[in-house]
Amino acid sequence: MSHITSDDVRKVAKLARLKLDQEEVEKYTNQLEQILGYFEHLEDVDTSNVDPTTRAVEVVNRVRTDTVKTSQFREDLLDQAPHREGDFYRVPKILSD
Amino acid sequence: MSIAEWRQQLKLGKVSSLELVEEKLARIKKVDGKLHAFLEVTSDRARADAKRIDEARAKGQELPPLAGIPFAIKDNLCTKGVLTTCSSKMLEQFVPPYESTVTERLWNSGAVLLGKTNLDEFAMGSSTETSAFGATANPWNLARVPGGSSGGSAAAVASGECIASLGSDTGGSIRQPASFCGVVGLKPTYGRVSRWGLVAFASSLDQVGPFTTTVADSAEILQVIAGRDSRDSTCLEVAVPNYSETLNNSISGMRVGLIKECFEQNGLSDEVKKSVLESAQKLQLLGAELKEVSCPRFNDGIATYYVIAPSEASANLARYDGVKYGYRSMSTDNLSSMTTASRTEGFGSEVKRRILVGTYALSAGYVDAYYKKAQKVRTLIRNDFDNAFKQVDVLLTPTAPTTAFKVGTHSADPVSMYLSDLLTIPANLAGLPAISLPCGFDEAGLPIGMQLIGNVLEESRLLNVAHQYELEAGVMSGSPAGELIV
Repeated sequence: MSHITSDDVRKVAKLARLKLDQEEVEKYTNQLEQILGYFEHLEDVDTSNVDPTTRAVEVVNRVRTDTVKTSQFREDLLDQAPHREGDFYRVPKILSD
Repeated sequence: MSIAEWRQQLKLGKVSSLELVEEKLARIKKVDGKLHAFLEVTSDRARADAKRIDEARAKGQELPPLAGIPFAIKDNLCTKGVLTTCSSKMLEQFVPPYESTVTERLWNSGAVLLGKTNLDEFAMGSSTETSAFGATANPWNLARVPGGSSGGSAAAVASGECIASLGSDTGGSIRQPASFCGVVGLKPTYGRVSRWGLVAFASSLDQVGPFTTTVADSAEILQVIAGRDSRDSTCLEVAVPNYSETLNNSISGMRVGLIKECFEQNGLSDEVKKSVLESAQKLQLLGAELKEVSCPRFNDGIATYYVIAPSEASANLARYDGVKYGYRSMSTDNLSSMTTASRTEGFGSEVKRRILVGTYALSAGYVDAYYKKAQKVRTLIRNDFDNAFKQVDVLLTPTAPTTAFKVGTHSADPVSMYLSDLLTIPANLAGLPAISLPCGFDEAGLPIGMQLIGNVLEESRLLNVAHQYELEAGVMSGSPAGELIV
């Protein structure tokens, strides 16, 4: 496992679509180092023959019949949009100039 | 007073549903300025619901079990037409177009919505201090935190602002605040209760459960909210037993395991340890057999959790992009920068921290070292519980290493804050049901909680042991709470 650098934090912030100022980059670099450093406790735990647990209680897939239903929520959903135009979600332009 | 006692009063006509609602609204008005347990109080709706129930009662109609009982709901459970903010600027204006399964079941059982309660932003925190709308105080001592993330729901029950409430528990978010506020808090088995309409935090861990003043009340609420739901594929298709029926069973011969590693914690307060060990002796007086058991990987839960939970959170919170709902920044002029600006302005610092940790742990080159490793250690933690349950019927631990800490104690140090969930996290990782109930007070007069952990789907047994303990020790929930702040 590696030491967390401010470049790591900048890269991860970009992936997560978060913008950090210099002060935040420094703060989060220290904190990620601490949090992930704490995880290194587990390096000594032998997991070589252990299967991962993805969910606590195993469940099987349940299927239902594929029937068409009408949604009653259309207006309510559209009304939640920060910017609605008619029946559309309005967003700023996608391509830059 | 418990749900059963209020139901009797309502039935006998000693109080009307409307009078009960008015009493609770008056209580909220009196104390919530200091507590800030509620983000929104739905007075008009509560009065209208109560009137309808009174009218139905007057006509002699058969009423459902929770008819007229006022509830508070954690603000990360969707309530149709009522703001559901997750204590985040991101969802400050969000009015859900649908009702969560658990609340729908409560309303169908006659419960009355009093309001929505405060939480750590997106349920990420252990003190309700990360709420974007201000912290909640502990009703026993306003300078202390109520615990978190369901601090508002716990404080509301402890201070008598409502009769019961719902919270959610991903790493201890029901049990730890229940412990800090001196009330009963139950986290059911993963999948026992539907999560449809619960705003997702860490999907392999999240579960909904009640806060109450008595164990019997928790049994009653679980009865209403548990059971299959076609809208949540992780919700188990297993019959729901009658939880109230077995509360009075004798616990003579019940094997109670004390997890050695929990009581050997460095951070465990002596007063908490002493109180929980004394409680174990009370169980022994009731005929239970105490046995020390070892769960060698128990203390690795915290490191495991703080990779798994942020990883899942970073994926779940990717949906907040400022397009279909939630906060949108108006400061930019193209889609990509709009999304970044919306997330940057909409999320608070604890949420950002977890998103960053999770994104890092899931990023190329690190998945095996962090997320997969954590999932493997999770298996070992589960195996320890499997072994323990071969020797005993239930496990007993303190709920939290300390009583309620002072406001601001851990704000600057995330890892020290995370350690307050040390004893509750393993039950989430293993999907096990667990309950916190009051078992004493420290020298400062703050409540101490003990935690009982059961095997998968053994809520009945947990509730049975907890109820018998409560009969022996006396109900400690809530009584002086709130009087302190009047």
